[in-house]
Amino acid sequence: MIKFTSVFKAFPKGGLALKDVSFHVGKGEFAFLTGHSGAGKSTVMKLIYAEERPTSGEVRVSGYNVNEMKPREVPLLRRKLGIVFQDFRLLEDRTAEENVAFALEVTSARSSTIAARVMRVLTQVGLAAKAQAYPRELSGGEQQRVAIARALVNEPTVLLADEPTGNLDERATRGVFQLLRDINASGTAVVMATHDLDLVRQAPYRVIELQEGALVYDSAVDEARDQATGGTV
Amino acid sequence: MNLTLREAMLTFKRAPLLSALSVTTIAFSLFVLGLFGLVVVNLQGALQGVEERVEIVAYLLAGTPGEATAQALTDIQGFPEVQTANYVSEDDALARARAELVELRDVMEELERNPLPASIEIKLKPGFRDADHVSLVAERLRGFGFIDDVRFGRDWVEKLDRLRGLAAAVGIVVGAAFAVVAIIIIGTTIRMAVLQRSREIAIMRLVGATDGFIRRPFLLQGAIKGLLGGAVAIGLSFAAYLLINRYLLQSSFFTTEQAAAIVGFGAVIGLLGSATSVGRHLRRV
Repeated sequence: MIKFTSVFKAFPKGGLALKDVSFHVGKGEFAFLTGHSGAGKSTVMKLIYAEERPTSGEVRVSGYNVNEMKPREVPLLRRKLGIVFQDFRLLEDRTAEENVAFALEVTSARSSTIAARVMRVLTQVGLAAKAQAYPRELSGGEQQRVAIARALVNEPTVLLADEPTGNLDERATRGVFQLLRDINASGTAVVMATHDLDLVRQAPYRVIELQEGALVYDSAVDEARDQATGGTV
Repeated sequence: MNLTLREAMLTFKRAPLLSALSVTTIAFSLFVLGLFGLVVVNLQGALQGVEERVEIVAYLLAGTPGEATAQALTDIQGFPEVQTANYVSEDDALARARAELVELRDVMEELERNPLPASIEIKLKPGFRDADHVSLVAERLRGFGFIDDVRFGRDWVEKLDRLRGLAAAVGIVVGAAFAVVAIIIIGTTIRMAVLQRSREIAIMRLVGATDGFIRRPFLLQGAIKGLLGGAVAIGLSFAAYLLINRYLLQSSFFTTEQAAAIVGFGAVIGLLGSATSVGRHLRRV
């Protein structure tokens, strides 16, 4: 699904954003990507949705090789992904419904099916009643739910969430996180970048930790090794 | 297509001020171009008026038989360059001289014999009224045995040629300069519209919109703005024309085709300006 093999990424002005990062996220998996600000979480995300290309190493996502992708293939990859950001990135002058429909319209979905699909995801995120509200009329948590609905409406195989709860209060955070868990439970892989360790501890999900661009911990690998060595290192 | 149209129209609704500004900028840029165009059109009209007076006169030998003259007249009218060829008999020439040269009327009354020769007056078709063609036709006329002399204002026709060349050169250079300025100003305005929506463009890309999909509404919107700007420019030019006609001098306005060309030019600039602005923006982000 997502496979990083010895990925290096250099900053344009020198220095390395990522150093020899390798990991694999499988179908339907939920993985946290943790680390301090500047550790390289967002760079990993950008490599996954082909906003950036690796300097060396290989990034494979949903059958695409990000290294060798042609520019016109990038939109096709992104239609297989759902992307959610800390700052929601909604269009302020469109209603919740229109924001979600927008993601379908750009993929030239059949217009007769759009309204029904939009309502289905808005219902899924619990915002069917606020379909006609503009982003400014919604709380932060609600806006993030709209963003998640937009990410889901194309039925992605992977949902990327870059600090999705970073701007939310505790209650909204719990709600959004639960929503992501539900989405994962229904079969969609979720990669969630966060530095909220409380959230990470709450759930029994895989944790990939970055430090200054290097992968320093991967629970999938380290736990397997711990079990193999009887918990002693 | 519906979606493209809807998105293009939404821009006018969402950013009415910036849209109005774009249209106004385009309108005034094209208005300046239009005013210059009016000058060119009227100058050309004036030149054409002068051109129409380009005339070749072939004087006939005295005693040329009528049949020969009639035959020659038919032949000359058959020349591809010739618009009209008229026979002026000796008597007609005298009558005309009497009417035109009032101060010599007394002298003419006393003439025993008409000294004026018969002639054929030839006007050329538009496009042949330059020194080269006039000389060519004159040369051919000299070939007729009974034609005594052929006259045309050689210096005058050559001057007209130079004037025409100068007018065309100035028209092209100044016109191109104005057009370039208009294109730059319009391009900048459209760039502002693109930047204003850069956030939206970024989001469109994130959700998997192709560049073509993102571009189309901007192109349509640019073309519409250009079209509106062009229409306003024609309106302003017409108002200027009315004022000039009323207070300054009798002038003429664009033909329908010329006006349509200016509006079309606006649409094309709007389209190209949008294409380059969006293209540059998409390549950069």
